[in-house]
Amino acid sequence: MRTPLAEITPPTREAPTFPRLLSGLSSPDNSFGLHDHLEQWGALPLRRARATLLDELDSAGLRGHGGARFPVGTKWRAVSEGRARRAVVVANGAEGEPASLKDAFLLTKFPHLVLDGASLGAAVLNANRIVVYVPDRLTDVIGRAIHARRRADLDPVEIEVVGAPEAFLSGQESAVVRALNNGPALPTFVGIQSIRTRGVGGRPTLVQNVESLAQVAMISRFGGQWFRSVGTDDSPGTMLLTITGRWTEPQVVEAPHGVAFRDLLQLTAQDADRYWGILLGGYGGGWVSMTDILECRLTEEAARQLGSSLGAGVVAVLPRTCCPLAETARVVRYMERQGAGQCGPCVHGLADLAAHMEALAFDPAALRGHLPPIEELCGLIEGRGACRHPDGVTRFVRSALVVFHNEALQHVRRGPCGAVNGPALLPCPAHQGRPR
Amino acid sequence: MMATRRVSGLGAQVTSLPAPKWRVTLVVDPTMCDGHGVCAELLPERVKMDQWGFPIISDEEIPTALADHARRAVASCPRLALHLVEGLQ
Repeated sequence: MRTPLAEITPPTREAPTFPRLLSGLSSPDNSFGLHDHLEQWGALPLRRARATLLDELDSAGLRGHGGARFPVGTKWRAVSEGRARRAVVVANGAEGEPASLKDAFLLTKFPHLVLDGASLGAAVLNANRIVVYVPDRLTDVIGRAIHARRRADLDPVEIEVVGAPEAFLSGQESAVVRALNNGPALPTFVGIQSIRTRGVGGRPTLVQNVESLAQVAMISRFGGQWFRSVGTDDSPGTMLLTITGRWTEPQVVEAPHGVAFRDLLQLTAQDADRYWGILLGGYGGGWVSMTDILECRLTEEAARQLGSSLGAGVVAVLPRTCCPLAETARVVRYMERQGAGQCGPCVHGLADLAAHMEALAFDPAALRGHLPPIEELCGLIEGRGACRHPDGVTRFVRSALVVFHNEALQHVRRGPCGAVNGPALLPCPAHQGRPR
Repeated sequence: MMATRRVSGLGAQVTSLPAPKWRVTLVVDPTMCDGHGVCAELLPERVKMDQWGFPIISDEEIPTALADHARRAVASCPRLALHLVEGLQ
């Protein structure tokens, strides 16, 4: 077995308080090469990781940053139990959510944090294959980073890069495994457990979001207790967010869990009047009113209480120049088109849901004074797909009906609001066809 | 979890937790199902059709009295999308 070079470089670096993943953003060229990376964070502690990283992940309380927020330590242990065959580690950077930019940002600016995390996973799980699964537009930048690491003999296992189709579902865990098994990048009807024991090539497989892996790279160096030194007891550490609608351009920021949204978004009660509400978590998340968000802190528990989730860290602030019902209708139609087309209740249910939302937003006269039966329809769709795609859409729609209830009544009684043909905030890229 | 019955000395509490039951239930793989509707005809006690012609499967258990009918529905599905699953729940 080779002794990786990085093991010889002494890890002498200081633990950062905050920011963490994005500490290097102050460096002049604004992107971290391998030299800068090792300079900043020191060596990759592979040997110590094999002995202690699983326990450190448990004590850190790190949860996945891809959207499902599953405990990372628990997932790694489940994969390590499939002992019969060598495991595969997949760094998942597919990021199908169009409103989320944080994974692409991280992969472009700090690829080595992600690759560190993947190598640590391979060391701990005794894997002999690492795949970095990223959108086609990022395969070059990741390929260059891998090349630099190979020359420095840094990783215990060769790292491959595989391009992911640009589609909403391409990062879904079972779709990733199916794509890497030379199938279409579509979800399958399998228990999550079976991916962990029989995934890529029938081998135990860890599919982990790239931001989660970057967090692992930090925990391996500074420990679980350090990780918990910011954040709350239930939501420890930091997370990357994509904030849209508040400033001219979308911003990727690293925020400590527990920060007040009013501070995060630099909002006063007066500013808040300029917005309808906030979409939290993404297109499978939920709308939250400005009144609620001004009292809310950035924790998963708080988001759940408001009927949403922090999901993959999307925070979209909807200005009053947009129509909230039109935004919702466009996203539901986008999600309907992005469905895999495999499950009847999702195919038909989302099509009907999109039609109802479009009527409410753009052609309420057709409804003859009645709100469409959207809630009953949601109840008929939920829990009946192979993946959670339809359930995410119904959560999103249900939250819209609660937060924008008055606006929905106004549309039905008086016709569409003036903003209905105004600017759109939430991206619904038309070029993304049905995933294949 | 097993049913526990903790009995010790004087004044001890007797605790009894509901034991998880060995259940047999029906599950459809929605990616395979094309909505032929055979299951709803053969097992109306557990399967209803929705407005689009796809089965809504009850998650109630299949009692012995229904077992033969359930097995027939599973075997008759033209897409082999229907499954009986059993386990502690």
